Amino acid sequence: MSETLERYFVPEPSRFPIFGSVALLLFGAGAALWVNQVKAGPWIFFLGIAILIYMLFGWFGQVVRESQGGKYGTRVDASFRWSMGWFIFSEVMFFAAFFGALFYVRVLTVPALSSGENEALLWQGYSGAWPNAGPRALDTAAVEPFTPMGAWGIPAINTLILLTSGATLTWAHYGLLKDKRGQLKLGLLLTILLGAIFLGFQAYEYVHAYGELNLRLDTGIYGSTFFMLTGFHGLHVTVGAIMLTVMLCRAVAGHFNSQHHFGFEAAAWYWHFVDVVWLILFVVVYWL
Amino acid sequence: MGLAARIAASTLLLVPAAAAQAQGAPARYNLQTPVTGLAEQIHDMHTLMLVICLVIFVGVFGVMFWAVIHHRRSRGAVAANFHENTTVEIAWTVIPVLILLGMAWPATKTVIAMKDTSEADLTIKATGYQWKWGYDYLQGEGEGIRLLSSLSTPREQIEGGAAKGENYLLEVDNPVVVPVGKKVRMLLTANDVIHSWWVPAFGVKQDAIPGFIRDGWFRADKEGVYRGNCAELCGRDHAFMPIEVHVVSAEKYAAWVAEHREKAAGAAADEAREWSMAELMTRGEQVFGTICAACHQANGKGLPPTFPPLDGSQVVLGDKAGQIDIVLHGRPNTAMAPFGGALSDADVAAVITYTRNSWGNHTGEAVQPAEVKAGRNKS
Amino acid sequence: MAAVIPDPLDHHHHHAPSGLMRWLTTTNHKDIGTMYLIFSFVMFLSGGVMALTIRAELFQPGLQVVQPEFFNQLTTMHGLVMVFGAIMPAFVGFANWQIPLMIGASDMAFARMNNWSFWLLPPAAILLLGSFFVPGGATAAGWTLYAPLSVQMGMGMDFAIFAIHIMGLSSIMGAINIVVTILNMRAPGMAMMKMPLFCWTWLITAYLLIAVMPVLAGAVTMILTDRHFGTSFFNAAGGGDPVMYQHIFWFFGHPEVYIMILPAFGIVSQIIPAFARKPLFGYASMVYATASIAILSFVVWAHHMFATGMPAVGQLYFMYATMLIAVPTGVKVFNWVATMWRGSLSFEPPMLWATGFIFVFTIGGFTGLICAIAPIDIQIHDTYYVVAHFHYVLVAGSLFALFAGAYYWLPKWTGHMPSDRLGKLHFWCSLVFFNVTFFPMHFLGLAGMPRRIPDYALQFTDFNALATIGAFGFGLSQLIFLAVVVKCARGGKPAAAKPWDGAEGLEWTVPSPAPYHTFEEAPLVK
Ligand code: HEA
Ligand code: HEA
Ligand code: HEC
Ligand code: CUA
Ligand SMILES: [Cu+2]
Repeated sequence: MSETLERYFVPEPSRFPIFGSVALLLFGAGAALWVNQVKAGPWIFFLGIAILIYMLFGWFGQVVRESQGGKYGTRVDASFRWSMGWFIFSEVMFFAAFFGALFYVRVLTVPALSSGENEALLWQGYSGAWPNAGPRALDTAAVEPFTPMGAWGIPAINTLILLTSGATLTWAHYGLLKDKRGQLKLGLLLTILLGAIFLGFQAYEYVHAYGELNLRLDTGIYGSTFFMLTGFHGLHVTVGAIMLTVMLCRAVAGHFNSQHHFGFEAAAWYWHFVDVVWLILFVVVYWL
Repeated sequence: MGLAARIAASTLLLVPAAAAQAQGAPARYNLQTPVTGLAEQIHDMHTLMLVICLVIFVGVFGVMFWAVIHHRRSRGAVAANFHENTTVEIAWTVIPVLILLGMAWPATKTVIAMKDTSEADLTIKATGYQWKWGYDYLQGEGEGIRLLSSLSTPREQIEGGAAKGENYLLEVDNPVVVPVGKKVRMLLTANDVIHSWWVPAFGVKQDAIPGFIRDGWFRADKEGVYRGNCAELCGRDHAFMPIEVHVVSAEKYAAWVAEHREKAAGAAADEAREWSMAELMTRGEQVFGTICAACHQANGKGLPPTFPPLDGSQVVLGDKAGQIDIVLHGRPNTAMAPFGGALSDADVAAVITYTRNSWGNHTGEAVQPAEVKAGRNKS
Repeated sequence: MAAVIPDPLDHHHHHAPSGLMRWLTTTNHKDIGTMYLIFSFVMFLSGGVMALTIRAELFQPGLQVVQPEFFNQLTTMHGLVMVFGAIMPAFVGFANWQIPLMIGASDMAFARMNNWSFWLLPPAAILLLGSFFVPGGATAAGWTLYAPLSVQMGMGMDFAIFAIHIMGLSSIMGAINIVVTILNMRAPGMAMMKMPLFCWTWLITAYLLIAVMPVLAGAVTMILTDRHFGTSFFNAAGGGDPVMYQHIFWFFGHPEVYIMILPAFGIVSQIIPAFARKPLFGYASMVYATASIAILSFVVWAHHMFATGMPAVGQLYFMYATMLIAVPTGVKVFNWVATMWRGSLSFEPPMLWATGFIFVFTIGGFTGLICAIAPIDIQIHDTYYVVAHFHYVLVAGSLFALFAGAYYWLPKWTGHMPSDRLGKLHFWCSLVFFNVTFFPMHFLGLAGMPRRIPDYALQFTDFNALATIGAFGFGLSQLIFLAVVVKCARGGKPAAAKPWDGAEGLEWTVPSPAPYHTFEEAPLVK
């Protein structure tokens, strides 16, 4: 009976994990020193990042070689599917913490601060109308007023861009399934370009916020939630775009066939996840 | 043998407990003697829960130890092979649910009673500072009284240089005074980090959260002195910010209020006038000792890197307005909290004058209450 | 039936590294499991030394040994080191060793990533323990790192934050690995409902980990930005809320305590039937109870926050929901007792520890229930009563179960039987000293002694002295365990493939010690 089960691929000992650990040690120590204005901090931090990049290249490179070498059977493929799903679930929970913070302050904290004894004894005159930068912003001499980010300019365009990118990615996937390599490559390229345009707009929006709207990370709770949510999302778009770029390179190099292409699918799942986060973000951060 | 050891281990600890309880010794093994209706309810509820849990415990472990003793292989026990029995399984799911419902019922009533802070005779706002309590009598007899209440146990007792007094760590310089039998509503807030106002005999524990007002209430039935502690980790001296409440008769309370009023009137007159350097220094030394020395130390050297020295500090030696601003408004995200609320203009003026002219600091400048007042209005 | 390659020399890794490189680069679940176990024991000793320093300071009223600021650092680091350094990695070590053996898999699903999950822990530990030596020392805000106190802290706090990020990463990767291994790598015939309970409890634990570790990462990230980048998440002046931190933290923190107890339930559920020589009374109900505990654990978090001043409905809801957890936990306790009932019991060290676990853990469970009653919690919150509660469930719960498991599987890991005599001595010393240490803390808490204080009022003196004596006794007793393990690894009575006659499961079908590679050809489970 046991012959029915194919052998599961177990990799050889590998040096990459330990590189990754050293990298994160330097990364963590460097960041902790840096935020405390220790001179060596940024150096250690970037050294860590450099090692991390080396490690990621090496590690994923090896995975790609193993995959191309046909070492992964259907069971390994299933493992990859499960793990990518669970990984995305963990990312969902990470964003949930920040969305949770936004809901909490909007539904509970700000109304509480601007009413009853909180208002009467501690924060007189705080109306709590969203968006606001908290009661200390009442003192307009100390805190300059800001303009909130509108929803229907760049953010709306960005929504369209991301939705379109989801479509181009699916189109690329169809290309792959039907063995139309040109469609695959073009679809991927378009998706990456749309991602890049999205990021460009986002960067422009940040410059605009800091320069003209006086909306900054330290603009009270509105600034905090706005920049942390959109910032982490932007970071995820960047990572997603890098993943897709790798997939494009692999497609150009002739990797993937219509049966065997989980690398591509994983990147696609991730991209769609990032898309969905944006939609929620657009509604609750920009619109409402 | 194993069993005997185990029983011995657990009873050894329980026997003195039961014995002392029988003698009615105060609060060694149980909740402190309650002096409010709520604390009473909590006390009784705890006893009830304890009994229920003990009964279940004895039942469950009676069965287990019976098996441990009798169903041993060394005694020739042969294993039965039964498992899964739906009836039993339903029973041991449903019965605990019923027991829990029985527990939840009295608890629900008490929760609702604890939250009912309406129709108070007296409202007092308590503010947690690192590491002392400020009290404002907001409404009711005594309205307008303000006190700052910090640990009065001398440092030598803590460090072992002197014998420890009876109320070691549970005594303060200015206790809160409230009348007996009156509903007192406590409003809680904090200046810097979260503290928690707790008097066990009253059954009140309420976190004091910076930027928010929370409330709780008590009605003490018996005159006396009741003591508690800050019950939320608030930094270095968390162990050293006790609470002392004097519950007194209506007459004594009225007398206390009158006395306080007089003092306050005298102080207010003081605020307005010009102060001499010597006066400022004396007053300043006193304020510094009670408030600032906890962090910046009596010798002005602080505890670097967390608490900077004021001796030789650029801020202290620099522009007066800058220092006034820091003391009144604090530095965000550091332990240096705003002290403008806790201290009067004269206090701030005095303490600043003192820091500018003590240790190695010799600016020779005096700061007047009027300058502080100006600093308050500026922002 | 078992497809075992007894030859420990690897036949398809021609240049398997040796010496230090073997451990740095290994992809073998047994090597990695061993490293996890050693790491966690080292962390247990360091956390224990901190605990002993705490206890030494509390031996007498007054300040004798350490200054208050350092005391708070010790308390904080003791909590963090024990939770993230000792207990959690120890269970992951068990998972690494046992899950592939129990489900008939050749290794973990992602053997290389498995190595990284482990090797992320030493860097995290270096950051965490190293923070004692940065200016201002380690963070002293309590292991819960409540804002705004944690926002006030010095540089050590930032080290702790990044350490937590790295440990979180490690836990998430480890958990994904375990979930995928269990879901995807079972031998033919090993249906989900036939899996050993240890695998079930770990599957559910891993799910909890993946769900809540990212939330903790989010919480400490917000602290970081509040500290250094001017955000106002936990600052009312900017429209934020310190209590929000507590909600986010406990949304992680409560499931976290079940992360530390569910695998313990799994271990005990393996051991009790083995030494009662009788099948577990209700396998299916155990699985459902575990799942219920996990689901309920997401909706009870604010029972840690009864004193923050939630509205009455909030208090009532969280009180009821918390109380409900007693039901599935009770189902487990009853199941274990019913399994023992009319068995043929024998008390070798694993069984002693497992029985001790049930007994003492249940005391902790009951005190938990008493904490769950909101009005009572108002009195005992942030007192030594809570300290007593959680050491009953964490030390007598998680730690005792870990010892039970270690004695149970050491023959499989080392090929030698651990000393019976020393194992029993270790147990009895631990049980007695444990109770001497922590039982008096109930009284201290009820009578009004707050937690996290370096000095206390005079009426608490004698119980504190007693607890300190107990703590030193308990600490010394743990050296017995060290001796047992070292002796067992070095030699001793050789262990049979199945050293415990009542034990069941695939792990007992391979020789002892388990060969380097097992189940390369999947076994068939009937
Ligand atoms: C392994 C870890 C673990 C476990 C399993 C538990 C289990 C439980 N805990 Fe505990 N808890 C902690 C670890 C743990 N806890 C920690 C670390 C803290 C403090 C954190 C900090 O502040 O630093 C804490 C704090 C804590 C508090 C907050 C106290 C406070 O700060 O004021 C509360 C309040 O509700 C609580 C409740 C419970 C309950 C109801 C259970 C239940 O799961 C227990 C269920 C078990 C039983 C009830 C016994 C067996 C059942 C039967 C025999 C059935 C019959 C019983 C009845 C019908 C009554 N815990
Ligand atoms: C997770 C598991 C865990 C474990 C295993 C322990 C184990 C112990 N804990 Fe822990 N404890 C926590 C988790 C844990 N704790 C948490 C989460 C907190 C809350 C922190 C906070 O408030 O933020 C806490 C808080 C806490 C306090 C309260 C501190 C305070 O409020 O200020 C105390 C006080 O007694 C204490 C004591 C002990 C003791 C004596 C042990 C003992 O079991 C330790 C035994 C081990 C050893 C002693 C080491 C082994 C032996 C040697 C190294 C040899 C040398 C020994 C000798 C020479 C004797 N703990
Ligand atoms: C709870 C602790 C604490 C108390 C009490 C306290 N301070 Fe401070 N103080 C600090 C800390 C921490 C800083 C450093 C803030 C920073 O890092 O910018 C500080 C900074 C200062 C500074 C600026 C010093 C410099 O060189 O930057 C002055 C002046 C000062 N405090 C005066 C006082 C006075 C006067 C009092 C009493 C009324 C007082 N402080 C009470 C903690 C405290
Ligand atoms: Cu104030 Cu603790
Ligand atoms: Cu909990």
